Amino acid sequence: MSIEFFTTRKYYHHDGTKHTHHGHDHHHGTVVGSKRSGTREIKVVRSVLDANNIMADQNRKLFAEKNVFVLNVMSSPGSGKTETLVKSLALLMPEIKCAVVVGDICTTNDADRLAASGAPVVQINTDEFGGDCHLAAHVIEAAVGGIDLDTIDLLIVENIGNLVCPAEFDIGEDERVVMLSVTEGEDKPLKYPLMFRECNAALLNKIDLLPYLDCDRQEAVDNIHQVHPDIPVFEISAKTEEGFDAWIQWLKDKVASKLHA
Amino acid sequence: MHEMGIALEIIDIAEASIPAEMKDVQVESVNLRIGKLLAIVPESLTFCFSVAIKDTRLEGAQLNIEQIPVVAKCKDCDNHWTIDEPAFACPKCESGSLELISGKELDIVSIEVMDEDHST
Repeated sequence: MSIEFFTTRKYYHHDGTKHTHHGHDHHHGTVVGSKRSGTREIKVVRSVLDANNIMADQNRKLFAEKNVFVLNVMSSPGSGKTETLVKSLALLMPEIKCAVVVGDICTTNDADRLAASGAPVVQINTDEFGGDCHLAAHVIEAAVGGIDLDTIDLLIVENIGNLVCPAEFDIGEDERVVMLSVTEGEDKPLKYPLMFRECNAALLNKIDLLPYLDCDRQEAVDNIHQVHPDIPVFEISAKTEEGFDAWIQWLKDKVASKLHA
Repeated sequence: MHEMGIALEIIDIAEASIPAEMKDVQVESVNLRIGKLLAIVPESLTFCFSVAIKDTRLEGAQLNIEQIPVVAKCKDCDNHWTIDEPAFACPKCESGSLELISGKELDIVSIEVMDEDHST
């Protein structure tokens, strides 16, 4: 594990002594009080993720200035994020100008596939950061340095395949989408509730395989709604493009609502 | 899954919280609150912390973790309840429109240091 990834202390205090993020107050002043005999307690009251949250807010501000809608796509490894994005880019472009940041521990395989769309693609390999299991806000900041934000409407971030950690890290995105494929089992939303709570839409992928599986698609949808009632669930096949109309329309509407805000 | 990264961040914040005039103080403990909705394993975090504090100003410190239950408030009927299984609908009116009151915390509350009067 590289310490480098987390040495972001320089961000802690640079904008004053008090930050307000996500409705919490973080008081940075120290208050020394007596605790039990022999020790004294120093109040801290800081989120451990403060450094990330501050960076994410900076990213969000930059994306707002540049009028870029940012989508964070998360799922298990192998659920079909890259294939879905390859097909989605073909339907979105050239009407919507897109760029992609894709995170993997190793290889540039995904970037090579996505670049065929003609969209600018930045591959992040987190092995340089200790093989990290998620993309943090400062990694996104570094990655978008390689993209001309003035020329795009939509930045898609394909996160590291993982249903646990990426849910905890704000990267400055507008919307979060989680993908579940029918080969993974209907109960994944119940096993990874934070991920499904934190996302604003869900994709149920590989529905072309349903005839060959014991997966109950309704149960998968019900489980998503048990953890996050009312979120839109798009049942799709990245292979056949079944169900893409509703998904692409949802995304286009989201992009348009930011661009015309 | 990223407990080591969290432990390193905790050490950074705790070290930065030691007042300048207490430069040689012994840190006894770091008090942390972790919401149960986060997938952080207290045992893993405690282990990572104990390894990572070597040769830092926190060497020898304990990590005290308070786990915070997931509490929701129904936006329709104002019911408050504790969620202990992955079912996020109001048990009273079945509404899915809810606000999480707690359960996503990952906060350092305080650090405890040896009182200099007692340490001499």
